[in-house]
Amino acid sequence: MQEESLWPNRKALKVSMHKTTMMFLGILPVIIGVILLTGLLIELLPVDILAAWFGQNALLDAVTGAVTGGISAGHPISSYVLGGELLNKGVSLVAVTAFLVSWVTVGSIQLPAEGVMLGWRFALVRNLLCFFSSILIALLTVATLGLAG
Amino acid sequence: MERKKAKGRVFGGLIFMLAVMVLYVIVFLLNEELGLDALDHAGKLLSRLAPVLVLVFALIFVSNLLIRPAWVKTHVGQHSGLRGWAVALAGGMLSVGPIYAWYALLGDLRDKGMRPALIAVFLYSRAIKLPLLPVMIHYFGMAYTLLLIAYLLLFSLLNGMVMEKFQRS
Repeated sequence: MQEESLWPNRKALKVSMHKTTMMFLGILPVIIGVILLTGLLIELLPVDILAAWFGQNALLDAVTGAVTGGISAGHPISSYVLGGELLNKGVSLVAVTAFLVSWVTVGSIQLPAEGVMLGWRFALVRNLLCFFSSILIALLTVATLGLAG
Repeated sequence: MERKKAKGRVFGGLIFMLAVMVLYVIVFLLNEELGLDALDHAGKLLSRLAPVLVLVFALIFVSNLLIRPAWVKTHVGQHSGLRGWAVALAGGMLSVGPIYAWYALLGDLRDKGMRPALIAVFLYSRAIKLPLLPVMIHYFGMAYTLLLIAYLLLFSLLNGMVMEKFQRS
């Protein structure tokens, strides 16, 4: 029985390159679509409008934070800067935490891409789970910080 | 079967891109300035994303070349055990670039036998951005940052477990 070499041969390289190129060409429209949609949402959701959405109730703030983070998009560093600004404008830590966590875990804008690539059932359940998790994490984090003094 | 699945993904992606383009046409008709600003933002995002896409292309190529279904089954497959959870957790934390750039690779690994629960763990643990920790500490303090990371780690695993239960049902 012939032993298989660990180093890939020329044919394997060619096959893999072809497979990767085809796969990549397949995801390009999804990536371009998500980028275009992100650009549009960043223009439609300025900080002042976001700050006005928050109230005083912890649970409601967490839900609002999670919804806002979930529909926002962009680099995570933007969420830290935006979160810091919201905190400075008097928005509660629980709301900001839900906003930060939801921003990086819930992908409502990327949902079509996730649905196409990983299956709609998987994508919908996972994002719903992430949404509720962001609310729980926000409440737990602030409560734990409160207990620790 | 695999070719049919791939065709479906390409078709779905094209429909999605066309739908967004139609949305842009509507925005341009209603408010040209807003449309131009959004397009400008999108252009900047694309230029920042380009190097990450090259990296993702390279990783998918390596995955296609070296990773065999047998390896996937051992390390992140149905019977990968604790090692699978650890690999998914570390992989998510160390992965760079926007989440949607990783869907294709994860879809490919799933087709090769990756456990769906571990895909969920990978995607959730991406919330922990190690290179950005100094920025987070700067804005929210050390205690808050460490506590939030601890909860994110815990919930990454919990999400994976819940997803697994759901997939089984």
